[in-house]
Amino acid sequence: MQISTRQSGTSTIVDVVGDIDLYNSPEIRKVLLENIRDKRVPRIIINLKEVRYIDSSGVASLVEGLKVSRNMSSRFILFGLSPAAREVLELSRLIKVFEVYENEDQALAAT
Amino acid sequence: MSAAAQTTPAANDAMISIRDLRVSYGSREILHGISFDIRRDETMVILGGSGSGKSTLLRTLVGLEKASSGEIWIRGKNMASATAADKEELRKRLGMSFQGGALFGSMTVGENVALPLREHTQLDDDTIRIMVRLKLDQVGLSGFENYKPSQLSGGMKKRAAVARAIAMDPEILFFDEPSAGLDPVIAAGIDNLIVKLKRAFRMTIVVVTHEMASAFIIADRMVLVDKGHIVALGTPQELQTSTHPRVRQFMDRIAEPEVHKEMDYLQMLTDGNED
Repeated sequence: MQISTRQSGTSTIVDVVGDIDLYNSPEIRKVLLENIRDKRVPRIIINLKEVRYIDSSGVASLVEGLKVSRNMSSRFILFGLSPAAREVLELSRLIKVFEVYENEDQALAAT
Repeated sequence: MSAAAQTTPAANDAMISIRDLRVSYGSREILHGISFDIRRDETMVILGGSGSGKSTLLRTLVGLEKASSGEIWIRGKNMASATAADKEELRKRLGMSFQGGALFGSMTVGENVALPLREHTQLDDDTIRIMVRLKLDQVGLSGFENYKPSQLSGGMKKRAAVARAIAMDPEILFFDEPSAGLDPVIAAGIDNLIVKLKRAFRMTIVVVTHEMASAFIIADRMVLVDKGHIVALGTPQELQTSTHPRVRQFMDRIAEPEVHKEMDYLQMLTDGNED
């Protein structure tokens, strides 16, 4: 799995490539918390377009990111969910808890 | 379907291959040389009556019983020649939910579910806490995290054990009678969870059951074990339409015919008594 961040206006976009599992989800958690808690970015967008599989630890890391962003009054957005990733969020009853968009343009345009 | 499938070489998509497996308890052979494959990402239901050998088969697959001969291949590794490191690696990828639950009574439900995550991963406590709550929610036990197993009903203990079995999102999940003893609504919830787990986490799931309604909901394929032999292997539809007498008897819930002759029965009851 690879993670990189880039800036688009006031949004920080986190691009994730590869499967997210028990062994690499701490990396995502670290990047999310660093940006939200330490750098206090106003809006973080997670690009999951290149993620075919996400396990429960990955979901838990996203939940932590969402919770911290709410505490910091920042915006936490997901886009590009694969059918399997969507299925995992649905199984966890989280699909409606997260702000989810189909693609990057929609995520950036979200008001 | 049928016995021909037993001799098919391991397919590329096989997650588990069983070859000529024999298991004995003392001098009594329970499994008489059975062979079949369980494919990656499928739910295989092992059916059979009481004493058929189905639970022995499951226990042997997970290493709780020792085969007297034959081979079990899991993820391309022969279990008989697997190193301790191979087996440890495999254990991280397996989930098991057995009858009775086997929860640790001294720990809370949450600690029980967290146990495999604490043993096998370096995840942060906050991540583990969220995962435990997700798993408990998936089995309908939200809010029971701090209960001790002794404070739960039998059905709740069983669901807590399922939550622990799925804590690591295992690649292969083994269930022994997952819905036995549960009320119909909860049992349907477990069936539903099995279907969703397979789809969401690409799990290979092996379920031993004699609950036919449940089997038809969750199974991609079924294998019917009878007296230590495989009598049928196929999709639910193939078994449903099979004309094999033993399959028909099982599908149609026909009682075993009376096999005792009166004098044999008397002999069996009084065998060893003084005249």
